Amino acid sequence: MNILNLFTRNRTAPVARDRLQILLAHERMSTGRTDLAAVLQQEILAVIAKHIAIDGDKVSVKLDRGAQVSTLEIDIEMPQGALEYR
Amino acid sequence: MSKVMVVTSGKGGVGKTTSSASLGAALARAGQNVVVVDFDVGLRNLDLVMGAERRVVFDLVNVVQGDAKLPQALIRDKRIETLSLLPASQTRDKDALTEEGVARVIDELREKFDWIICDSPAGIDKGATLAMRFADLAVVVTNPEVSSVRDSDRIIGMLDSKTQRAENGDKLEKHLLLTRYDAARAARGDMMKVEDVLEILAIPLLGIVLESPDVLTASNLGCPITLHNPASPAARAYTDAARRLLGETVAVTAPDERRGFISRLFGRRAAA
Repeated sequence: MNILNLFTRNRTAPVARDRLQILLAHERMSTGRTDLAAVLQQEILAVIAKHIAIDGDKVSVKLDRGAQVSTLEIDIEMPQGALEYR
Repeated sequence: MSKVMVVTSGKGGVGKTTSSASLGAALARAGQNVVVVDFDVGLRNLDLVMGAERRVVFDLVNVVQGDAKLPQALIRDKRIETLSLLPASQTRDKDALTEEGVARVIDELREKFDWIICDSPAGIDKGATLAMRFADLAVVVTNPEVSSVRDSDRIIGMLDSKTQRAENGDKLEKHLLLTRYDAARAARGDMMKVEDVLEILAIPLLGIVLESPDVLTASNLGCPITLHNPASPAARAYTDAARRLLGETVAVTAPDERRGFISRLFGRRAAA
């Protein structure tokens, strides 16, 4: 331990508070978005299932947040011949 | 009207079990009929903290699965007649609990007790969600430390979305219990202050329990601190918190900084 620490008070509590405030503002938002991906997956699946028989396990919904662009990626694997009769 | 109160935190080691036992004993001493239920299936410890480890015959899982009747599993405290314990199973895992089974046990406990205190396991998985599921109010145990505050924030979010009350649109009271607080370190700026934590988590304060060797002494002896050493600052903090839970208006006393300094010189860290 540096002897100088005894004299110069390094206040770390304000750092902790500020880091938490920034982090939690972010996390409280992103928790909501995680749910959004799940909701989207369910609802998209329901819409497609009305017209085509698809397997629920073959649908993937990804939500990606970038600094400039955010993307919503929906990947649905069709059963063989599902589109041919249409 | 019985009340189901979950004691939760997300993070482990912050003092959930100590707080459950201490608040339970304080409420029982105030004349309330209290049961403390250990939801930490597989890692039970409430029995040990309450000094009943050698009296466990049946447990919560046995009752949930219908292998034992509730009165067979309840352990009455030897020091206070109105305090009981429902231990968790040590040999099973959390999947042994079902929502229907827990609902049935809670309903049965509501008929016998004024307070049903659910001591939640750490984490956010099944054990923790079932411990909070039927709660009327919640005590969020938090240390003034970044990881504990972050996890508490997560747990508060779950209390607002995953409990039966939240789903029914009913109000679920949430209270912050700040434990292992060191007033001297907070005064020096080395530890987040009470106000910092309150501002971040934004739920009302139930009490402040100072870091104290008395807490470890009490758990060594298997006696809730509110019974073992009622005059100690930690016990007084829990007793005051219990009075607030009973609706009394008790001012939160500012933690004594001088004492913090002395315990820093001579004290040792207490395990939660």
